[in-house]
Amino acid sequence: MSAATYSTLTAIGVMAVVTYLCRIAGYAAMRHVPRTKAVQNGLAVLPGCIIIAAIAPIAWKGGPVALLALAASVGVMMALRSELAALLAGLGLVAVLRAFGL
Amino acid sequence: MDTSARPPEYRPPVVTLAGMAQGVRLFLPLLPGVIIFAIAFGAAAAAKGFTLGEAAAMSAFVYAGLSQMVALENWRPEWTASGLLGLAFVTGAINGRMALQGASLQSWLAHWPRRVNYPQLFFLTDANWLIAEREKAAGRTDLGVMIGAGLGLWVVWVLATIPGHLAGALVDDPRRYGLDLLLPVYFAAMLVPVWKGPRLIAPWAVAAIVSVAAAQAFGGYSYVILGALAGAVTGALMPNPADAENGETP
Repeated sequence: MSAATYSTLTAIGVMAVVTYLCRIAGYAAMRHVPRTKAVQNGLAVLPGCIIIAAIAPIAWKGGPVALLALAASVGVMMALRSELAALLAGLGLVAVLRAFGL
Repeated sequence: MDTSARPPEYRPPVVTLAGMAQGVRLFLPLLPGVIIFAIAFGAAAAAKGFTLGEAAAMSAFVYAGLSQMVALENWRPEWTASGLLGLAFVTGAINGRMALQGASLQSWLAHWPRRVNYPQLFFLTDANWLIAEREKAAGRTDLGVMIGAGLGLWVVWVLATIPGHLAGALVDDPRRYGLDLLLPVYFAAMLVPVWKGPRLIAPWAVAAIVSVAAAQAFGGYSYVILGALAGAVTGALMPNPADAENGETP
C-alpha cells in the first residue's frame, strides 16, 4: 500500500466521526441559541417538518404503492394509535400491491 | 400508548432501568425490519470485500443504516484523501438530519447534564428520536426511554450485521420485503402524534414542497435537511397568537 492511500478502517473512521458530529451538532448549537419567540416557534414545528421532508419525496417519486402505503400508515395510526398496526398495514399493503405487479 | 394532551405534571428528570426497558419495548415493532436491513447491509459489505470485523465495525461505529448502504455503493479498496473528503460530504448530507433532530430535542435534553447527553447521543437514530419526541410531548422526563431504545437498536443492528455477512447474498433484494419503505411508513405513522392543529399546515406544506423540489433538483439526500429547515423557518416567521403577552386565548 502506497503512502498516499488509506484503508477501509480509515474510511469507516471518517464516517463514524462525521456521523457523531451530526448527532451532537444540533444539541450543542441550540444550547447557545437564545430562545426568542421566533426560535421557539420554529423549533415547535421542526419535528413534523423533519418527518414530512423525509417522506414527501418518497411519496412523490414512489408511485401509487408508496403513496397508498404511507396513507394507510397514517390512517391506521389515527384510528388505532398503534405504531405496530400502522407498520403492519403499510408494509402489508406494499407486499400485496407488489405481488400484484404494481 | 397514551398520547392525549394532558397538562404535563412536573416530575424530576431521571434515567431509570424501567425507562430503558420501556424504550426497548417501544422499538419492538421495528425489530423485524431492522434485522432484515442489517442482514442486507452485512451481505452487501461481504460482496464489497469487507472482512466480518470491518462490516461489524462499520455498523458499531457509524450506526446509520442508510449512509452505510450508500457508502458501500461507492466503496473503494483503497482511499485517497479526496475520496475520503467526498465520503465525509455524502455521509454528512445523509446524516445531517440528526443535527436537526438533536436541535429539536435540546430543550428536553437540557434536563440532563452534558456528560450524560454527549455519550448517549452516540445512539441517536431515527427511531429513538421519534420515541424521545413523544416522551417530550407527553411531559415525561425519563431519559432512560431514549437511551434504552437507542442502545437496544444498536445491539440488534451490530449483531444482525454478522449473519448477513456470513450468509453473503441472503437478502439480495430488500425491495421484495418492502424494506425500502419501512422507515417512510414508520415516519408517516409518527405524523399523527406530532400533529398539533392547523397552525402546522403551512410549515408542513413548505417542508413538503421544498423537499420534493430539492430531491428533483439535486438528487442525493440533502432534501431532508433543506425541506425541514424551510418548514421550521416558515413556523418561525408566522405570527403566533400564543405569543401575544396579554392577549386572550383565541
